[in-house]
Amino acid sequence: MNTVVAKTLEAPPAGFAAPDAAVDEARAEHARRTGDVVLDIRNISLAFGGVKALTNISFDVREHEIRAIIGPNGAGKSSMLNCINGVYQPQEGSITFRGKTFRHMNSRQVAEMGVARTFQNLALFKGMSVLDNIMTGRNLRMNCNLLLQALRIGPAAREEIRNREFVERIIDFLEIQAHRKTPVGRLPYGLQKRVDLGRALAMEPKVLLLDEPMAGMNVEEKQDMCRFILDVNEEFGTTIVLIEHDMGVVMDISDRVVVLDYGKKIGDGTPDEVRSNPEVIKAYLGTSH
Amino acid sequence: MSTTFPRLMLEHATARPQAPALREKEYGIWQTVTWSQLATLVRELAGGLHQAGLQRGQHVVVVGENRPRLYASMLAAQSIGAVPVPLYQDAVAAEYVFPLNNAEVGFAIVEDQEQVDKLLELRDECPRLERLWYDDPRGLRSYKEAGLESLDQLVERGRAFVAGNPRWFDEQVAAAQPQDVAALFFTSGTTGHPKGVVHSHFTLIDRARAGASFDRLSAAEEVLAYLPPAWIGQNIFSYAQWLACGYVVNCPESADTVTIDMKEIGPSYYFAPPRVFEGLLTSVMIRMEDAGALKRWMFKRFMDVARRVGPARMDGRPLALIDRLRYALGDVLVYGPLRNTLGMSRVRVAYTAGEAIGPDLFVFYRSIGINLKQLYGSTETAVFVCLQPDNAVRSDTVGVPIEGVEVRVTDTGEIHVRSPGLLKGYYKNPQATAEVLTADGWYRTGDAGFLDASGHLKIIDRAKDVGRLAGGDNDGAMFAPKYVENKLKFFPFIKEAVAFGDKREKVCAFVNIDFEAVGNWAERRNLPYAGYADLAAKPQVLELVRECVEKVNADLAEDERLAGSQVSRFLVLHKELDADDGELTRTRKVRRGAIAEKYAALVDALYAGRTSQHIETQVRFEDGRTGTVSADLAIIDAKIFAPVRRAA
Repeated sequence: MNTVVAKTLEAPPAGFAAPDAAVDEARAEHARRTGDVVLDIRNISLAFGGVKALTNISFDVREHEIRAIIGPNGAGKSSMLNCINGVYQPQEGSITFRGKTFRHMNSRQVAEMGVARTFQNLALFKGMSVLDNIMTGRNLRMNCNLLLQALRIGPAAREEIRNREFVERIIDFLEIQAHRKTPVGRLPYGLQKRVDLGRALAMEPKVLLLDEPMAGMNVEEKQDMCRFILDVNEEFGTTIVLIEHDMGVVMDISDRVVVLDYGKKIGDGTPDEVRSNPEVIKAYLGTSH
Repeated sequence: MSTTFPRLMLEHATARPQAPALREKEYGIWQTVTWSQLATLVRELAGGLHQAGLQRGQHVVVVGENRPRLYASMLAAQSIGAVPVPLYQDAVAAEYVFPLNNAEVGFAIVEDQEQVDKLLELRDECPRLERLWYDDPRGLRSYKEAGLESLDQLVERGRAFVAGNPRWFDEQVAAAQPQDVAALFFTSGTTGHPKGVVHSHFTLIDRARAGASFDRLSAAEEVLAYLPPAWIGQNIFSYAQWLACGYVVNCPESADTVTIDMKEIGPSYYFAPPRVFEGLLTSVMIRMEDAGALKRWMFKRFMDVARRVGPARMDGRPLALIDRLRYALGDVLVYGPLRNTLGMSRVRVAYTAGEAIGPDLFVFYRSIGINLKQLYGSTETAVFVCLQPDNAVRSDTVGVPIEGVEVRVTDTGEIHVRSPGLLKGYYKNPQATAEVLTADGWYRTGDAGFLDASGHLKIIDRAKDVGRLAGGDNDGAMFAPKYVENKLKFFPFIKEAVAFGDKREKVCAFVNIDFEAVGNWAERRNLPYAGYADLAAKPQVLELVRECVEKVNADLAEDERLAGSQVSRFLVLHKELDADDGELTRTRKVRRGAIAEKYAALVDALYAGRTSQHIETQVRFEDGRTGTVSADLAIIDAKIFAPVRRAA
């Protein structure tokens, strides 16, 4: 996918013709080929001292699917994501990404392999504009050294233009053109979340990890975010792993759902299977004893 | 001299092929389309439409924001003698049913997924609709509907066709005659079904040229197209006059970026209904209230100078030297930067039309050096009837009849117009046509007004809306509801107002607060609120509105004829009046009758002297679902002033 994108970006914008029509076709073709396991999580256990955050968790993620991890507060959802992301090193188990198995990885390696994430509590640069924030997501795609970038000469200038063009496409995609130059700190929360997603997309990720993308949003903002997640999945063919504790939202947009409770996996399957799983109902609604 | 739109386009493409015709901001950059690129695109689109089976005289619906390819589609349809029918892009699907069936539409060209969804929804109700093309493919990839295609595919097929038939397009354009139908505009209409207004190439181009020569417009003008293209005002300014003059039309990036885009383009010719000017002023006032003390002081001080000196300066009257100096200083410190913020630094001619503009609002723009003028016209007259000449602008008239126009006022006070730009008729509605067109070619405008001593036309209200009070202290006094509503709406805190009083003994009103302005006002006073309904019910907000109403009453008392129209009681509505709920027209005019019916309980409460009233209302959300909102509304009494009787 990367090569296709790069090719059209170098081509001059052709007046009227929708310039990304060819890319879109390629991506659509891409999105239709779903199915292979891209991320295989085997027997992961994570403990902080005596506190067991995760116990023996296994599940897989298939290419191009939307995979949700749900569970009540403190179930270990964010810890799970942090393990995949390389922020935490699980004591036991393995993570296989596209056929390569890792015991220990740092976040940069994970990012270089094409895994991007957003944060539950937003980690944006509040004083920087929307454009600059998303531009930081292109960091891994910039090859020029610091000196060239600072002087903006030759290859650095060309690289900047190429990356800026990519970022503009994301801005267009997320419909935040009106806020391009606005410092992120001045935007409402729902829009900040969108910028956070934009920055993750700027990495052209193969797998996108979303940590509670709908937390703290009102109904309308949630609907918008759902649409963007579905659009990302469809337009770019990106595999999406998302964490949510709002069941309603998750069930609507996910292909398959993993349910965690107290660090253990208690359910795994399609939204319908999960919804009728007695263990899940117990965890969410409680049972009378 | 007579010509058609496609011929005009080809003339520009031949005379100045590399000159910009359209610009659209995309991916943060203004992308230019030259006249020759436009001609090529139109040629190919026309070929595609012809291949798809579009016949001479058939209608093609066009729905979307201002997009270059939609403009090109209209030109392409006209090139092969078909008739484009622009529809409002923000209408709900059900509103398209009548136009689609009335005009027997088989082909539609739309902007994006939202519009595609709406039209696909109507397939059962509008079985004639066969083919549908979209400009923006986003989200439409998995659609497998029969007859649905992207514009790219249409262009591609058209390209192959015109390549095989190189002379076909020019023959088609030559075959279309000036008297042929050029476009069908559905008027939003305050009652009943919309009516399709039929205009020919000749009527539209004649009026476009008359307006252009009146203001000496040239190919050097820059115009920003951001209002619905289905509105004849936008269509005349960014389509008919665009082709007649050959200037540049700029399409904004999205609806949210209009202010930014306007500042970047700096249009020289500008047209907007009063509500847009109102909205701009409100946002300026809000920002000023948040500004530092020095800036606020400077703004206040120099706006006083502007109010006093500006209008006279704009009209070219002589000024005292000290005033000239003061104004020049103000121009450097306040007016210039303000014009720049509004995106109006380069505006040479700006027009407002559609409805009456509040005098204070009007004077504000003129006082800071923007040549804002009024014009009078309607869909049926292809806009241009009366325009205000430079240096003869007044806030209470709409100007003089321009080239080709005759105006007469009937005994009942209704204005009649005769001009070369009158409609050919309403589509398939001879009865309605006969109602508005007299046998000797006059058009009945339905507006009440008169020509004043200097030949300027003054409009009071819709002829049918001007009423009389009955009973009480002001029995028989004139009641012009719109006049009262406009006075209320000038306050930045009031978004809409609906006045009642015809055949009643006093005037009462509904008020809609402006959420942004009042919300900001509340925040600065640390007044917490949960949402629109909550804010609208706050006692402090009601008090704020009462002050506004009483100022209006004091103002009305100044004029003996209108003193009876003072608002004695009012309430603040719990929801915003909305076109989706049938309370406003698509051009945001209040539908007084529909509102009175829907909120009958509230109107009764106002006149029955109650102090509060419970109300439940159905609302329609943007996705088409409905719900109910309910509230207890307080009814407030406002102070009435004794009429000021001036010595003769």
